Order: sequence, then C-alpha cells, then structure tokens
Amino acid sequence: MAAKTIDPLHQFEIHPLLPIKLGAVDVSFTNSSLWMMLSVIAVTAFLTLAMRHRALVPGRLQSVAELSYEFVAGMIRDNVGQAGMQYFPLIFTLFMFVLFGNLLGMIPYAFTFTSHIVVTFAMALVVFVGVTVIGFVKHGLHFLRFFLPHGLPIWMVPILVPIEVLSYFLRPISLSVRLFANMTAGHAMLKVFGGFTVMLGLFGIAPLALNIAVTALELLVALLQAYVFTILTCVYLNDALNMSH
Amino acid sequence: MDPQAAKLIGAGIAAIALAGAGVGIGMVFAALIGAVARNPAIQSRVQPFALLGFALAEATGLFGFLLGLMILFVF
Repeated sequence: MAAKTIDPLHQFEIHPLLPIKLGAVDVSFTNSSLWMMLSVIAVTAFLTLAMRHRALVPGRLQSVAELSYEFVAGMIRDNVGQAGMQYFPLIFTLFMFVLFGNLLGMIPYAFTFTSHIVVTFAMALVVFVGVTVIGFVKHGLHFLRFFLPHGLPIWMVPILVPIEVLSYFLRPISLSVRLFANMTAGHAMLKVFGGFTVMLGLFGIAPLALNIAVTALELLVALLQAYVFTILTCVYLNDALNMSH
Repeated sequence: MDPQAAKLIGAGIAAIALAGAGVGIGMVFAALIGAVARNPAIQSRVQPFALLGFALAEATGLFGFLLGLMILFVF
C-alpha cells in the first residue's frame, strides 16, 4: 500500500495570491476571492451572452437563462406573493451566486468558497438583517407581535415568547451552517473516496465507481442547497412582509 | 483519560447524529412514495416539498458532522 496520506481538509485552505495590508487589517486577494470573482464573472457572462439576441423564440442558451429567471420568479410568487417581486434582484443574485459557487467548486482542483462559514454567514446575515429591517419598516413596532403567536393562552406567553425570539435569532446560524456543512462534508467525502482509489491501485476501480456516484450526488446537493438557501430566504421575507401571526 | 483519546471518542459519538438524519430522510421519501402511489397525478406538486424536506433533514446530520470537526480541530 502506498505510504501516501490523505488530508481531506487540505482543499479548504485559504492562501493569499496577492498580499495586501491595510494598516493592521489583512485584505489580501486570496484564492477564495479569486473564485468568488470568477463566479460573478461566470454568472454575468452567462446571462449577458444568453440574452444577447433577445429572440422571441429562444435558442438553447436563452432557454436556460429564461428557465433560471422563471424558476426564481416562480419561487418568489409562490412563497411571498406579488409583493415580493420587488426583492427579485436580491434573491436572484443570491441564488445565482450560491449556485455558481457550488457548481464551480465541483471542478477538480477548484476552490469552493461556499465551504467557508465566513462566506455563508455573511450572506445569511445580510438576509437576516435585511428581512428584519423590512419587517420593522413595513409594520413598525407591530412587527414585535411576530414573536407572540396568535390566540395564545396568557400563561403560555412567558414560555413561548423566549422560544420564538431564540428561534428567530438562530435563523442566520442555521441558514449559513446548512450550506457550509453540506459543502464541506461533500467535498471531504469526495476526497476521502478519491484517496481510497489512489491507495488501492488496481483494485481502486471499486471505489472509483462509488466516486462517480458520489460526484453525481454532490452535483444534486450543489443544486439543492442553492435552492434551499433561496427558498428559506423567501420564507423569511414572507414572514416579514405578510405577518402570519 | 488522555485528552487526545477523549477527543477521538467525542468525535465518534458526534456521528450518532447521523441516525436521526437517516430516519428523517427515510420518512420524507417514504411519505413521498406513499403519496405518489395513492395519487400519481400529484407527483409534480409534492416533489419540491420532498426535496426541501430531504435537504432540511440532511442538514441536521451535518450539524453532527460539524460538531465532530469542531471537537477534533478547534479544541
């Protein structure tokens, strides 16, 4: 057996490509920044190129662009209603950014920036703060009634209100950890099975077959997690816009 | 106990979280199959909910994974 050791977490290391120091703050251009920029460029190039002809009868590429637009627009209409369409740019941007980050990360030797909690938590915090501000702007102090479920017996209030408040503040954490843990676990698993293939030599064909299946599963997870991140954003937005209780 | 050994045991115990995630994912898809078997026309309506439920159930197992990673590498 080869003495090669596998370190499944090595792929998540951040190293600066262009060291920049602003006073005491390290603002280096890292491989993470590079892949974030690549994903923004890829999204922009895809949408611009696909919509170049603006044909009435869409071609293949234009169909894909229209499909992604309709997908997110339908998600907002179903979950938030017509009033949510004014937040379409934010939600569409979030969806495409997360989706392309996940998919670009599936390329071998690529860096998956969504596998870093600081990236996903920043996005989740933007959603959380934004949604809370929208709620207070739209409903004023009435938004606080959100923490008081409708028709609650008075003796339940001191028990349930802290639980509601806690679960509200846990939202950005669960939103970010879900995406980050899925990506980290998936890529670590791919690496571990890839290591088995290398170590076993000729018998590595068995883990290789499994590796292909796991890669397919990871592609599904990449799509699904972008979808889940976006739909939960829609659900939170719906809570703020049309208070249910 | 040797702290290193305690760490490894703790990380192993954190993997028990997978049991719950497995049960959850099984229940989601069992319900989906049951619903589609009763009424095949409803498949396109319930499938998105099933996928969402799958992702939410799977995430709870991954929180356990995260706990294991934290035990191994943070402390």
